[in-house]
Amino acid sequence: MSKKQKKSLIKILVAGALALAVNLIPYEGLLEGTPEIAVKIIKAVLNLITYLIVGYETIKKAVRGIMKKQVFDEHFLMAVATVGAFALGEYSEAVAVMLFYQIGELFESYAVGKSRRNISNLMDIRPDYANVLENGELVKKDPDEVAIGSLIKILPGEKVPIDGIITEGNSTLDTSALTGESVPREALEGDEIISGCINLTGVITVKTTKEFGESTVSKILELVENASSRKSKSEAFISKFAKVYTPIVCYAALALAILPPIVLMIMGRDANWGEWIYRALSFLVISCPCALVISIPLSFFGGIGGASREGVLVKGSNYLEALANVKYVVFDKTGTLTKGVFKVTDAVPMKDWVEKSELIRMAAGAEVYSSHPIALSLIDACDVKPSQEDTKDVKEIPGHGLEAVVKGDKIAAGNAKLMKSMNLSVPDISEAGTIVHVAKNGEYVGYVIISDEIKEGSAEGIDGLKKTGVSKSVMLTGDARKAADAVAKKLGITEYHAELLPEDKVNKVEELLSNKGENEILAFVGDGINDAPVLSRADVGIAMGAMGSDAAIEAADVVLMDDDPRKISKAIRIARKCMRIVYENIWLAIGIKVACLILSALGIANMWIAIFADVGVMVLAVLNAIRALNVKRV
Amino acid sequence: MKKTYKIDVDCANCAEKMQEAARKTKGVKDAVVNFMALKMNVEFEEGADEKTVMADVLKNCKKVEDDCEIFM
Repeated sequence: MSKKQKKSLIKILVAGALALAVNLIPYEGLLEGTPEIAVKIIKAVLNLITYLIVGYETIKKAVRGIMKKQVFDEHFLMAVATVGAFALGEYSEAVAVMLFYQIGELFESYAVGKSRRNISNLMDIRPDYANVLENGELVKKDPDEVAIGSLIKILPGEKVPIDGIITEGNSTLDTSALTGESVPREALEGDEIISGCINLTGVITVKTTKEFGESTVSKILELVENASSRKSKSEAFISKFAKVYTPIVCYAALALAILPPIVLMIMGRDANWGEWIYRALSFLVISCPCALVISIPLSFFGGIGGASREGVLVKGSNYLEALANVKYVVFDKTGTLTKGVFKVTDAVPMKDWVEKSELIRMAAGAEVYSSHPIALSLIDACDVKPSQEDTKDVKEIPGHGLEAVVKGDKIAAGNAKLMKSMNLSVPDISEAGTIVHVAKNGEYVGYVIISDEIKEGSAEGIDGLKKTGVSKSVMLTGDARKAADAVAKKLGITEYHAELLPEDKVNKVEELLSNKGENEILAFVGDGINDAPVLSRADVGIAMGAMGSDAAIEAADVVLMDDDPRKISKAIRIARKCMRIVYENIWLAIGIKVACLILSALGIANMWIAIFADVGVMVLAVLNAIRALNVKRV
Repeated sequence: MKKTYKIDVDCANCAEKMQEAARKTKGVKDAVVNFMALKMNVEFEEGADEKTVMADVLKNCKKVEDDCEIFM
């Protein structure tokens, strides 16, 4: 609790105790013989003291507001209502309204502070210092002061302060604060590591590649801290609503206090001023808009905070709102649904004396000196790695492949053109991917298929989207139709567009955007590499794999810290939960208030019900809003 | 130029008022107050001196809500 909160708690406790005492004293017994009017005055004075202890600040604020021409706010509502109740002789009601109002305020500020701390704890990734190696000595420095190319030492348990490359030492890193992923990552000498991770096991020396301000951790903190500045439609609605609402309610209360008695007087009946003023005052207490004003931003704050704990960074509550209404998800293929890394997916021997593994080993043997991704994937696929010593006389034929002598055998590995040039015929191949044909001593032996591998979570991710009620998933790719078709079939994607240039992707998204309904949201998911224009064109741009790509963080509206496609449906579900809470609160608050307003105008609801409609609803709405933070099992 | 300042204010409504006041201050192109993060993002007009502008912003904010603070 802050100092302010403690002060207010003490006031509430003192005033509460006094209020009980004042109302329970058996005045008649104690003050026997004193005239009735004196008893009344004593009662009024005691109540007034209690009232001022708890309500002085509010009255002061209301008066200041009037002087500054900022009349209509909740302090004003409360001050008028309670002063009015006093004037009517309803002392205990006046004290109770003020007391409960203050309890509500205290609760609200406590709840807001609590979720603020909750979220800053979970984003506790800001490094405080960096151990810089200078002339063989370690100097503790502010990360801001470390130049690019400095050597920093990171001990186990410390945060990685700046992005860089490990020059010495191996360790494991805890990336959970960034990605929500609890399994530690290995970090070996030569690996690039990003700031914000926690070094777990070994001492490592890192050469920095960025300044602190440009490092991942700064970018993320900036994003999270500025997130709720972009307001959603519902928030904008509430703040507009509050602006017109309070004056309207005040005039309505005034009308309620004056018009009915005048009408009654004209009709020749008892005007009953006291009763109508009392009703108007209850009306004022009920109408206080704090439940709405606080619970809506609090829900969004919780939703965005909870999402970031799961490794989903949302740049503003407007995007959270949009995310909840996503109907179309457009994917980029490479790097998003697939790993963007080549891998041997199959080998097809054409001679019965060759086994699959043998075929791959032949191709790998020929390619053993090459560093081309295809060659690397071949070598990677061998159980026994080929040795460079076994391969001689390598002859590269550009655009075709290569020939080499491996363990005395003449091996040719390459595309169909290479085989044709050797007068060998190749079979028709329907599989998608890059094909490496292999010939041994002038005889065709078979082919190896190398393709981009689908990510583990992709199928589940697409399925998850269907289950969340996304009507269509579309895949866009620059790759060949065959490759796209294979991936789409495996993932259960019905619509895909292949062989697109980057600008075609923008056009395709434009086309999809113009064909969708007005309230349907289209999200584009990409890895942030060369699809920035599409990311910004879509209603919601989701970038994957922010670990390392700050271009993605800049361009997107939502950033997934790791590159797991399953997180997309999770993000949508988190957004939906948050929006559900927001709407619940809007309806709960407005519903109860309107009902109580009508009841009080009719004279059915008294001041006590009014207190519930104000403070009770606010507490309920805040408690409900806090639920938005809890997204673990969404 | 954009800058972010830490602020202190009691209620969401008051934060809204601060935002209005900051926006109306001369030299401020746009201002956004984020009550939940207790931050104020100010975008200055070109050529404006941020120190004098922020002093005015604070003055204007105090006018509408005296229980507020901007940490500069």
